[in-house]
Amino acid sequence: MQEKVKTNGAVAFDWVGTRPLRPDGVDKVTGRARFGADLAMQGQLVGKVLRSPHPHARIRSIDTSAAAALPGVKAVVTRDDFKDQPSQLIPAGEQMINYRDVVRNVMAREKALYEGHAVAAVAATSASIAKQALKLIKVDYEVLPHVIDVVEAMKPRAPLLHDDLITAGVEPAPKAPSNVAKRVEIGHGDVVFGFRQADVVVERTFTTQAVHQGYIEPHACVASVSEDGQADVWCTTQGHWMVRAQCARLLGWETSKIRVTASEIGGGFGGKTVVYLEPLALALAKKARRPVKMVMTREEVFQASGPTSGATAHVKIGAKLDGRIVAAEAELKYQAGAFPGSPVQPGAMCAFAPYDVENVKVVGYDVVTNRPKVAAYRAPGAPISEYAVECVVDDIASRLGMDPIELRLKNAAKQGTKAAYGPKLGPVGFVETLVAAKAHDHWHAPLGKNQGRGIASGFWFNIGGETSASLQLNEDGTLSLTVGTPDIGGSRASMCMMAAEELGVDIDSIRVQIGDTGQLGFNFLTGGSRATFSSGMATVEAAREVIREACKRAAKLWELPEDAVEFRKGAVRPAGANAGKHAPLTLRDIAGLAGKTGGPIAGYARINAQGAAPSFGTHIADVEVDPETGKVTVVRYTAIQDAGRAIHPSYVEGQYQGGVAQGIGWALNEEYIYGKDGKLQNPGFLDYRVPVASDLPMIDTVIVEVPNPRHPYGVRGVGETPIIPPLAAVANAVADATGVRFADLPMSPPRVLAALDEARTRGTAKI
Amino acid sequence: MAKHHVAATVNGDPVEFLCETHDTLLDALRDQLGLTGTKEGCGTGDCGACSVTVDGRLVCSCLMLAVEAQGTSVGTIEGMAEGETLHPLQRKFLDHAALQCGICTPGFLVAAKALLEKHPEPTETEVRYWLAGNLCRCTGYDKIVRAVLDAAAEMRGA
Repeated sequence: MQEKVKTNGAVAFDWVGTRPLRPDGVDKVTGRARFGADLAMQGQLVGKVLRSPHPHARIRSIDTSAAAALPGVKAVVTRDDFKDQPSQLIPAGEQMINYRDVVRNVMAREKALYEGHAVAAVAATSASIAKQALKLIKVDYEVLPHVIDVVEAMKPRAPLLHDDLITAGVEPAPKAPSNVAKRVEIGHGDVVFGFRQADVVVERTFTTQAVHQGYIEPHACVASVSEDGQADVWCTTQGHWMVRAQCARLLGWETSKIRVTASEIGGGFGGKTVVYLEPLALALAKKARRPVKMVMTREEVFQASGPTSGATAHVKIGAKLDGRIVAAEAELKYQAGAFPGSPVQPGAMCAFAPYDVENVKVVGYDVVTNRPKVAAYRAPGAPISEYAVECVVDDIASRLGMDPIELRLKNAAKQGTKAAYGPKLGPVGFVETLVAAKAHDHWHAPLGKNQGRGIASGFWFNIGGETSASLQLNEDGTLSLTVGTPDIGGSRASMCMMAAEELGVDIDSIRVQIGDTGQLGFNFLTGGSRATFSSGMATVEAAREVIREACKRAAKLWELPEDAVEFRKGAVRPAGANAGKHAPLTLRDIAGLAGKTGGPIAGYARINAQGAAPSFGTHIADVEVDPETGKVTVVRYTAIQDAGRAIHPSYVEGQYQGGVAQGIGWALNEEYIYGKDGKLQNPGFLDYRVPVASDLPMIDTVIVEVPNPRHPYGVRGVGETPIIPPLAAVANAVADATGVRFADLPMSPPRVLAALDEARTRGTAKI
Repeated sequence: MAKHHVAATVNGDPVEFLCETHDTLLDALRDQLGLTGTKEGCGTGDCGACSVTVDGRLVCSCLMLAVEAQGTSVGTIEGMAEGETLHPLQRKFLDHAALQCGICTPGFLVAAKALLEKHPEPTETEVRYWLAGNLCRCTGYDKIVRAVLDAAAEMRGA
């Protein structure tokens, strides 16, 4: 057990920093918890989607008449059922969205832009009839040349996905359309001057492949629409207010007509922050006048949802002999998939964020290709750019003969550093993670044969945003807490703990639920590592309102002015000797008297949570490379990260461990593999291989705590940073073990073996 | 086509259901019997979220036809706790925070129970290989493996 954390040397917390059982735990170990596909509405139909078999094709016509005539088919929808949307960028949390593209992604219009692109959808009385109906839909395609690779897509004569796509961010604007949606540039200082000062310069080009979030629960929803247009949606999502807003816009319905309930969510990692099935299910349900349930197959999940960008990243870093980095430059090219909107902007902003460098320049390109439109994936964009940078930092260290931790310490961003992306950093814990790494016995442990050790760091911003929560004091003194951020990894426990801490009550007296869109004001989604930060802040504010109201009621009873009472240890008490002698009134007492003192007591917070703070991590990886097969096995791993403050340390550790596993998968195995025909060759868990239990060692964690001064309990947000360092930590370990620098991910056995063979010929291989 | 009538035992109770020829046992459990604790993650036997036991043997219920369940005894996550008492594995998963989103949890619990019935004293490596057919994308498996080892120790009375 972790020791209770003390604030300012004062009283230890009762709950924050302890490890109680999660309130939704029993439901999740008994099968009672209801996920996206677990709800059946009475009389529901089965909805299925017809998807394009071509990576790029003009849709000349769609004939649904035979499908619609099939007995048991109750509704068919196509592009004709969705009104076109004007091109207009609208802020949607971390990224902007363009409804012109959203409407085309949920249902192809002029063209199918990737294999798996939705072309039509049916609702029928059984799955077999729905599948039969899909076969009866006649789509006349004019197959067009496709482009899958990001570098190919940028070439002048590449097949064009969008005839009107003019590169943004270039002056003067190009006259001709291309697949380059946007050019971004960030930085400060003068890199040309900076590189002239450098004693050593290293530059390399790296490639990474598209990888999927890989949540185990496929997308699923059930929708029902009444004759007067009142709609209900049950779905697995990271943000049901987002679902409501996007469905309302795509269908042209009023927001109040749509109520969305978030089911339990079986993983998201950013991939459940967009709509796919929900607008289709609503459109079908309205036509059929019956509820429609839709669940993606795993193949559909791979073909038509997620993934994140594959990319190329060119990185150049210059340093003085003493290790001081004087210039850093990067060029990033990210696949966006079929529509603009890769995470190249955050990738560019994060690339050099861990370091205090005077001369920085990062240029990024957002490039469309005939692949599914990318969705957010845990620290979107950052693992790619930071992977490339952390490998080059490692190379600089070895060129200078410096310890890689010392090199990082020498250049580490700290409070007051002007980050490459603009602002000056507040208190951050990067140096603390490096110091902890240096002190960790892992860093000093001996290595075995064919083994190597790597270290890498990572940075992510974290966000706050619009958040609502309500807390009701029940008649018997227990409490009902409602928050609006779906609980994706145990956040209900953290909410209860923060509320219990404020109120001085046992956490078992608080029951927490995720409210539907009719129960609370707007909530931005669970993403950006914001749930514990933002909903925690709103929960604390709601609890303080309950306390203020409780004090008011006690003051009224005691006939005292309100400032003559105080709330301490779960009870209202007279404040000071002049307030007279009154026995303390617990929340339970106050609840029992609520009816006589003014009515029900509740707190309601609606905030735009400000003050989210970045989280830095430093990871150490040991790998063993099989010289005969090229297989890389991670044999020991330690993840160190600044949490601000860990409300529930077990779930913070869990975030670190899970991020590490995904990062290791990205580094070693996972990739979207396309054939020359532009079709995805591995749309299943057998061939798209995520790490399994026997692939991984135990993952040690160290929680560093440099509290965020702008959160009542010091929370920073921890979910995303842990996926960033593993790519480079593993790559640096492989370089240490083999003497070969792998610039292309994944480092799968065939690639590693080929590179080893080549290095052996040149005599540069260590094994 | 006419549906098939199947009679089986699920979690000790006699059940009957009608199914189409191509329906999987998973479909029957979830859609006919309302036992939605068993999850579908892939439908191809690669993720283990649909793990159940059939006559004591661990299987992916998405790979078995519903008609094949005729006369068998099926065990699902809903039958794991005894009354109000959680199985030691269920308790240890909670103690160790061995779940985040929880979608893979029923499959892991059913698979781990089958392991401990066969090998009450598994090593860490044996646990990892036995559970290699169950995918978890949230936890990195660390806390899951610890929970299984801890449950095994408790069940042995260690």
